[in-house]
Formats: sequence, C-alpha cells, structure tokens
Amino acid sequence: MSQIEAFKHAQPVPDDIAVSTRNICKTYGTVEALKDMTLEFPRGQLTSLLGPSGCGKTTLLKIIAGLLPPTSGEVTVNGKPVTGPGPDRAFVFQDFALLPWATVLRNVAFGLELRGVARSEREDIAARYIREVGLSGFEQAYPHELSGGMRQRVGLARALSVDAQVLLMDEPFSAVDEQTRRKFQEDLLALVQNENKTFIFVTHSIEEAVYVSDQIAILLPRPSRVSEIIRPTGFRQKSADSIRRDPEYLDIVDDIWASLRSYVE
Amino acid sequence: MKLFGITLPAMSSLILWGLLWEVVGQAELTFFVPPLSEVVRTLITIIGTPSFLSALGETAYAFGMGVFFSILIGVPTGILMGRSRLLDELLLPWVNVFLSAPLTALVPVLMVLFGFGMKSIIITTALFAIWIIILNARTGVRQINRSLVEMARSFGASPVEAFFKVYLWAALPEILGGVRIGIIRAVKGVIIGQLLISIAGFGALFELYSTNFMMAHFWAVLLVLFALAFSISEFLAYLERKVAYYAAVR
Repeated sequence: MSQIEAFKHAQPVPDDIAVSTRNICKTYGTVEALKDMTLEFPRGQLTSLLGPSGCGKTTLLKIIAGLLPPTSGEVTVNGKPVTGPGPDRAFVFQDFALLPWATVLRNVAFGLELRGVARSEREDIAARYIREVGLSGFEQAYPHELSGGMRQRVGLARALSVDAQVLLMDEPFSAVDEQTRRKFQEDLLALVQNENKTFIFVTHSIEEAVYVSDQIAILLPRPSRVSEIIRPTGFRQKSADSIRRDPEYLDIVDDIWASLRSYVE
Repeated sequence: MKLFGITLPAMSSLILWGLLWEVVGQAELTFFVPPLSEVVRTLITIIGTPSFLSALGETAYAFGMGVFFSILIGVPTGILMGRSRLLDELLLPWVNVFLSAPLTALVPVLMVLFGFGMKSIIITTALFAIWIIILNARTGVRQINRSLVEMARSFGASPVEAFFKVYLWAALPEILGGVRIGIIRAVKGVIIGQLLISIAGFGALFELYSTNFMMAHFWAVLLVLFALAFSISEFLAYLERKVAYYAAVR
C-alpha cells in the first residue's frame, strides 16, 4: 500500500497522551524482539497493536505493563516513567488468568484484594462490575463452570474493578468463539465510550482492529518496527452494527491486508 | 469393577487375598503365616492392652511430628525452588540424592548427631518423607500457568502475597500428591527409626514378636499399621481428587 493512501485516513494526533513509549528496544541474547519502538497512546482512546505473529506486539504490551523490562528506551504513563507494574495499569490476559480455586466474585475482587481494599468494600465493587459485564447470578460460580467467553468477562471485570486509567488487553478475544467475539467487540466499543480509559489492545485480526480502534499501530517483524499509524475516524460515530458495512471500514481492512500479506508465510 | 454383570464394591480384591491368606494359613505350610482369622483374633485381644496403646501413641506421635515438619519445611522449600533458579540449582542435586539414597544407612549418623531418643526417630521419619514433598511442590509450582504469575505481578502482589494467594494454591494438586507419597514413606521411616534407634513404639512390638516367633501378633500389628497408612493415604487421595478439577483449567 502506498504511504499516501495510508495518510488518507490519518488525522492529527491529539495532544493528550496517556502512554508513550520512546525508543524501546528489547533483545533476547542476540535476537532483536523490538527495535526502536516509539509510539504514543492518546488518552480515552483505544489503540490497537496489530501485526503478524513474531512482530513483538505482546512483548511491547508486557513492557508497557511493567512485566518485562526493556533493554533500552522508556515507557511513560501520564508522564511518569514505568519501572514495574503499577496501579495505573490493568491487564487482561489472552488465557484469562483466573484463579481456578476462587469464585467469580473473588476473582473479580482479586486485584482489589491485592491492593488491600477491605473485603466488604471490594466485594461491593466487584459485584457492580460483574453486573456490568453481564455475569449477574454467577458470583459464586467457579471458572471451570463457565464458558470461555464468560471467563474472559470475569478477566475484564477484574481489570475494570481496580479502576486503572490504562487497560492493557493481550489478544483478549482470541480464545473465545466467533459469535462471542463479535459480541465482545461491540461491548468493547461501548466500554471505550463510557469508561474514559485508555485502551491498548493487541490483536492479530485486521477486522477486529479496524472495528474497535481509534488508532491502529501496524507492526512489522524482522526487524520489529512500526510501519504505520492509521486513525479510522469516519465511522467511529456510527452504530455498532453498521460499521462492518461502512466503505471506509472495508477500505482500511483491505489496505492493511495489502501491506501485511507479504509478511505472512 | 464388574464381574459377571455384578458390580463389585471397591476393594473387593482384598477379600480374595484375605481368603487366600486364610487357606495358606489353615494348610500350615509355614509357621510364618498363621491363618488370617487367628491374626484377627489376636488383634482383638491385644488392641486394648496398655502396651499396644502406648506403642500406638509413641508411633503416632513420632509419625505425626515427622510428617508435620516434613510438610512445614518441604512445601515452602519446594515452592521456592520452583520459583528461584538459584535456589533450584543449589538444592536440586541434594534433593535427588536423598530421594534415592538408602536412608536407613544414614540412621546411625543421626543417632550420633541427635541421640537415641524420640528426636532422632522424628528426624528419620521426616527424612523419609520430605524429599518427595519438596520435589512435588517444585514440580507443581513450575507447572503454574505463566499468565497466572504475571497476573499476580501486574495487579501488584508482593512476593509473600503471591506465595500464599497464588503459588501455594495453584500447586496444590501436586503438593497433595507429594504429601500422600511422603506419608507412605514416613510410615517406613518411623518403623525403621523405632527399630534401629531406640526400641520403641510399634518397632519395639515388631522386634518383640518376631524374635519370639509370635507370628499372629506380628501380623496383627502389621495389619493395624497398614490400615492406618492406607486410610491416611486414601483421605489424601480424596482431597487430591477434590482439587484435581482445577489442575486442568490452570
């Protein structure tokens, strides 16, 4: 795809930046996983990291989360450099990462439990978010009694209940079935609208990225780099079910595929 | 199990072996094996006697303390080894050596170090049980889903919190498995300790009965020991099954 075409969708970058990464490099021995990665994540918006496998998108997310130290470079959240995990960020895991021995209620409240919130208070908050993600009535169920989609709702409720400003989502819908996934994507749009949080969303699905994102960072592998930033804005205000028929949506999906296809084995 | 369309109750094979024992005993093939019925009669006569009860008490105490310490030390050690590369490199060779070492040969050393009393017996018991407990706890922790560890970290768990709220529970199925095998080994340990260190408890009874060729008595005590070990191990196996469901979804 030509650069000009990419900039057709480009908009001026908002100046309120919640998270930024500057010249992030990550090497494992001699393998360069990330090279000179500089990105900015606007506040209150959803930014997708999209790319083929091996492009380092999950590595970058974990560096932002403070779970992995970068070899060089700096991550800042609200201007403060990241040195480790912090209460300003919450993580949603690809494989849910629920405690199998704990009920939905305790799982959702677990982030608050680790922050030392008193039991009755954290259970009130957890119950509210369990309702919000549509799991009312399952408070006392155990993860193994839930479907994959419901488990991820628990993971989402846990991340929401700690009320972090930044939500980091690592391919959160890749382990759920297609219909559930579509529902999740619609719910995510509403969530971004209502929650006023900054979302950083890793995915390998082009359609998913275009559907949910305010900004898409396309990462390419070998060496890992940001190839372009796309800001689909034309259909953001449309209703959830008409986006998939929007011409701009379809164009962007095609453009991204055109630029990625040569990297797919 | 089903036989000729009839569902057999659990452990019915024991009935078969018991019958065989009775037949061999009644046939008087060897005086080492008296009939099961005689053993049971002897058991009933000795089970309430003060000497039996004190032997049971002494053995249970040494066994209980030995198992208690091997769990108390073994589980955290195993978990720490599973989490820390350094500790693992330092301790794993020793754990493996002691797991397969003929510990009986070490008992005289223990006697020199800790004397001829209860202390040495408890330590012997613990030494028999602890290594497999360590090894299983280590395996359990190493099998914890990486994202569960990252989850604890990303939500701000301190190492101590992560240990008590995540690692311990996540490794519980393997830990219980280790404790169960450890307890079976501890039964061996406590009897060997009582035979070699100071003639006490069931060890003393075994010694007394076998040197006087009181085989019915000998087997009776062995039956009691077997029943105790078996029930504890079955109870732990039951607990293991109760937590096994979440080993699959970790």
